[in-house]
Amino acid sequence: MKIVVCVKQVPDTWAEKRLAPADSTVDRESVDGVINELDEYAIEEALRIKESAGGADSTVTVLTMGPEKATESIRKALSMGADAAVHLLDDALHGSDALQTSYALAQALGTLEWDLVVLGSESTDARMSVLPAMLAERLGVSQLTFARKVEVAGSNGSTTVRIERLTEAGYDVIEGSTPAVISVVEKINEPRYPSFKGIMAAKKKPLTTLTIADAGIESGGVGLAAASTAVTGFTEAPPRSAGTIVNDEGEGGRKLAEFLAAKKFV
Amino acid sequence: MAEILVLVEHVDGVPKKVTNELLTLACRLGEPSAVWIGDGADAALDKLGEYGAQRVYASVDPELSRYAIAPKAEVLASLVAERGPAAVLLASTAEGKEVAGRLAVKTKSGVITDAVGVSPDLIADQSVFGGSVFVTSRVSTGTPIFTVRPNSVPPEPSSTSPTLEAVTVTLPEAAKTARVLDRVVENTGARPELAEAAIVVSGGRGVGGPEGFGVVEALADALGAAVGASRAATDAGWYPHQNQVGQTGKTVSPQLYVALGISGAIQHRAGMQTSKTIVAVNKDPEAPIFELVDFGVVGDLHAVAPALTQEVQARKG
Ligand SMILES: Cc1cc2nc3c(=O)[nH]c(=O)nc-3n(C[C@H](O)[C@H](O)[C@H](O)COP(=O)(O)OP(=O)(O)OC[C@H]3O[C@@H](n4cnc5c(N)ncnc54)[C@H](O)[C@@H]3O)c2cc1C
Ligand SMILES: Nc1ncnc2c1ncn2[C@@H]1O[C@H](COP(=O)(O)O)[C@@H](O)[C@H]1O
Repeated sequence: MKIVVCVKQVPDTWAEKRLAPADSTVDRESVDGVINELDEYAIEEALRIKESAGGADSTVTVLTMGPEKATESIRKALSMGADAAVHLLDDALHGSDALQTSYALAQALGTLEWDLVVLGSESTDARMSVLPAMLAERLGVSQLTFARKVEVAGSNGSTTVRIERLTEAGYDVIEGSTPAVISVVEKINEPRYPSFKGIMAAKKKPLTTLTIADAGIESGGVGLAAASTAVTGFTEAPPRSAGTIVNDEGEGGRKLAEFLAAKKFV
Repeated sequence: MAEILVLVEHVDGVPKKVTNELLTLACRLGEPSAVWIGDGADAALDKLGEYGAQRVYASVDPELSRYAIAPKAEVLASLVAERGPAAVLLASTAEGKEVAGRLAVKTKSGVITDAVGVSPDLIADQSVFGGSVFVTSRVSTGTPIFTVRPNSVPPEPSSTSPTLEAVTVTLPEAAKTARVLDRVVENTGARPELAEAAIVVSGGRGVGGPEGFGVVEALADALGAAVGASRAATDAGWYPHQNQVGQTGKTVSPQLYVALGISGAIQHRAGMQTSKTIVAVNKDPEAPIFELVDFGVVGDLHAVAPALTQEVQARKG
């Protein structure tokens, strides 16, 4: 089983995120980067699938598109136990939107061998949740997304993948076969911490850097200038004015009711 | 006037509130056409007309519901090719976004998710980074596709008598690669749906256990609210996961959000930060949720919430 995990480096969850005034893209320079949290669950799930599939030819490869800095996240993924990494790194990619990112990642996947592509169901900065669906559409393979449970069964080229997809109303049981694109939610597992051994081993694992030319990506198809959406303006919201905080000395419920009544909620 | 396609979300033959909102929005952008997938479009014509649908395209082929996500994108893509609409609107739910994503690839169009408004010149408003930045943006390639957050546009009745047109699509093999074996609906009772509710009352770990949610539900019922939960509460099995609010749960943007025994972790905030009014009860004065509130009570929720419920009931008479 050959598995590719798409991993994105995002601004630190707790950092104050901003848009760069020059081009309205997410400012990735001024804040610390971390691996997108949900992608750790994707890595964990990929490692578990690999471990249960067994076989010396089972591998987990990390695929990241992002600036130089994103190698930090790649290292983390490798130290968790991924076998190899591919970094799609090219200045021409800066400012790509979701449609273009899905094109670029699909092209990069074209240079690799894979049965499964595993992603997080959402990135904490873009919060679009569209990439897994876009990739499945581009690649023409099964879309098995928003999984809280993944079961892989069978071997020798005919592998079925069954998931429980979280829905608004409950969950759906969905089945496809490899090749497939999977996205996971945080209910699925508990990501492992990199061990000291893992961290040391990561330094020796193969990391391939691809330029857009290497991946066969047309320069007119990616980047800010060619993006299919454009930010026309942005303003920082005024900070929330500090609210009223009261200590409950038996009157807390009534005071809250008065506040709600003044706001016409009751 | 230009045609605007709206993908209908319906449950038991009834369009959801978010569909009424999308139709209302579409009326301001052009002529709304509702796209109905599944049975029951004829019976729902009047309902769709109430919010301004001029046409209803219905795709009844049962094959469409045998596969996940892709068939809906196929139906929309064929309508985009045939009708050349000015824009396509979908609900910003997990499924709506995924259908939009596939449609964007199919039609080589830009997609904007989580819009809270779209102006007549098709500029979308978004509130990003947990409500700290407002962004306006537009689609510059293809047919603009927008997913719009529930609760962003108050539905306004406008009576029309829509015409019904049948649509048939032949699914390509690639759209038949994810078979739906079962759809499990977990009972959410008679309360308003979380994403659509005007008031949400949520409970967290501070509630203390599954029984503790009785306090949350009682307050929700007094306020006519939906019930939400933090991940700590859903993971512990105290409340169903469909009620989880947050980054990996639902994003809600109600008029009023009441947080009971919730610390206000960043992942929880991601799903409720844009609520218009926020109140909280927490016994820890340092809890980060208090940074967000309009009104906060430092105290035991098991004392404060029942007292509040009683006050609310008394005021309602
Ligand atoms: C990838 C990922 C995704 C996540 N997604 C989500 C998500 O979608 N939604 C979400 O909510 N979380 C999510 N989380 C989890 C999040 O980080 C927090 O762990 C979670 O929100 C904590 O829930 P809580 O506030 O109920 O619990 P706690 O943080 O334990 O807070 C409980 C609070 O209750 C108060 N309390 C205790 N007893 C009482 C009492 N008797 N009266 C009043 N107050 C009391 C305490 O003072 C405390 O502040 C996610 C985490 C990860 C890693
Ligand atoms: N630049 C990127 N490189 C690799 N994977 C990505 C990238 N952007 C998004 N992804 C993947 O797509 C998922 C969903 O992202 P999004 O659609 O942006 O919310 C993430 O959890 C990642 O797994």
